[in-house]
Amino acid sequence: MSDSSRVVRVASGQGFWGDWLEAPRRQVEGGQVDYLMLDYLAEVTMSILQKQKERDPRMGYARDFIGAMESVFPAVAERGVKVIANAGGVNPVACAEALLEAASKHGVRGKIRIGVVTGDDILARLDELMAAGHELKNMDTGAPLSTIRERVMSANAYIGSDPIVEALALGANVVVIGRSTDTALTMAPLRHEFGWAADDWNKMASGIIAGHILECGAQSSGGNCMHEWRTIPDMANVGYPIAEASEDGTFVITKHAGTGGRVSVPSVSEQLVYEMGDPNAYITPDVVADFTSIQLAPDGENRVRVHGITGGPPTPFLKVSIAYRAGYKAVGSLVYSWPDAMEKAQMADRILRERLDNLGLKFDQVLTEFVGATSTHGALAGDGHDAPEVMFRIGVRGENRADVERFTREIVPLVLNGPPSVTGFAGGRPKVEEIVAYWPALLDKRAVSTAVTIME
Amino acid sequence: MHIRLLDIAHARSGDKGDTANVGVIALQPGWYPTLVKYVTRDRVAQHFAGQINGGVDRFELPNLNALNFLLHGALDGGGTLSLKTDAQGKVYSTALLRMVIDVPDAEATAAGLPAYA
Repeated sequence: MSDSSRVVRVASGQGFWGDWLEAPRRQVEGGQVDYLMLDYLAEVTMSILQKQKERDPRMGYARDFIGAMESVFPAVAERGVKVIANAGGVNPVACAEALLEAASKHGVRGKIRIGVVTGDDILARLDELMAAGHELKNMDTGAPLSTIRERVMSANAYIGSDPIVEALALGANVVVIGRSTDTALTMAPLRHEFGWAADDWNKMASGIIAGHILECGAQSSGGNCMHEWRTIPDMANVGYPIAEASEDGTFVITKHAGTGGRVSVPSVSEQLVYEMGDPNAYITPDVVADFTSIQLAPDGENRVRVHGITGGPPTPFLKVSIAYRAGYKAVGSLVYSWPDAMEKAQMADRILRERLDNLGLKFDQVLTEFVGATSTHGALAGDGHDAPEVMFRIGVRGENRADVERFTREIVPLVLNGPPSVTGFAGGRPKVEEIVAYWPALLDKRAVSTAVTIME
Repeated sequence: MHIRLLDIAHARSGDKGDTANVGVIALQPGWYPTLVKYVTRDRVAQHFAGQINGGVDRFELPNLNALNFLLHGALDGGGTLSLKTDAQGKVYSTALLRMVIDVPDAEATAAGLPAYA
């Protein structure tokens, strides 16, 4: 029976790898939800996971996911809550194996049916793709991938909702994906539940926008919310957002009763404009959504109704996220106190830079910031005169690791051989980090095919 | 009359590569036309002169009473290449809200805009 009043509830449980460990369990225990959406992947996460997989072939996925699943096993095994997560990283099969092992340990092995989505990982196919004429030009600079080919660490296509819908149709109650779009994690279960046609652009766009509102966790329910931030209640127990979606593509953003935070038109609006490009064309592999069509209306306490969304057909391309080695960097800091904190910090900067020059070190860049004065707002913040304290923060970046290493030894000496009233050096020398940079590119959709495997 | 954006709008910012986006949302629907009229692309470019290396794009979202700005070359290379504290452009939002615009007194009074000393 088609029931136009039927509502499907998708709960956001994680907005990035490192998000609140409490959230997934609270989302499935705090009230009725049908799906739990967990977003783990940021642009450079894939390269970190690739490194881990090189060291150990059973690694390369978001380990936090296993703990999150252990905290929600009762809801998944007994109450039919389904989980969609892009926790698979560069090794979704190993992720599913680890999850099954955890399920055995918790006595729910027979009740977990995992749909594993593969095909996004194109690292092993890069040369073949380039030979076939796919240049994988950097979307920002226009440079072809061949200029950094030998430094590539990982390469993944952002796949859309199709294989997730397929996994759900095969009866999966947990779907593990590598690099899908964040928005697909929310849109796919709605497509599955309501049977939306793949070219029903307005409904597809609605699902994508629900996904955009959920994909950053509490950022739409009071977290990082500038609007009337002082009055947002009980942030210690902030409720993560939930989309209550209907077949017609409309949905309500809300959170569980008794939780903190706030769902309001302003809180949802702030999330809608987050990381936005051209609002008329929000491009995904499934649909191009029009953010200027979104209508928001208050719908009771901590409820915002979202409707009116329109969209159009997608482009023939998938976005590809490539991570490559790009040299080394290190950042260190010291704190200078009143009086004349800013002047002392500026003097320290001059001294240190002269010493780096005298040592003949080569960097692509040296950046100084005065934290507490001008570091985030620059000249807009004034000149830092009379600040009670200023953090002198200096970073370098270069191809030569030894030069960056030497830089890290040049900061702390300033405590005894630089300007006065200095402190804040307890952390010692900063660490040298290898830089893994991000190379966005486009790839013809036809060059990527996905597969779904059921593991149980 | 001087009007400070912090008093008439809220904002959120984020990153895409070396570009920061700032979405600015009017605190009251009646104040959105003020944003459209005075917080122009050129005015924002001038506000951030010396701090960003590229141009500025502006998009209108009347449905959200919001403007979206793209500040190109704002993140010192962006992502992991950036040495900045704010490598992901998270607080360009408040940097933009520092802006003070000049609105004729009659117009400001009619819209109920709060004056900034």
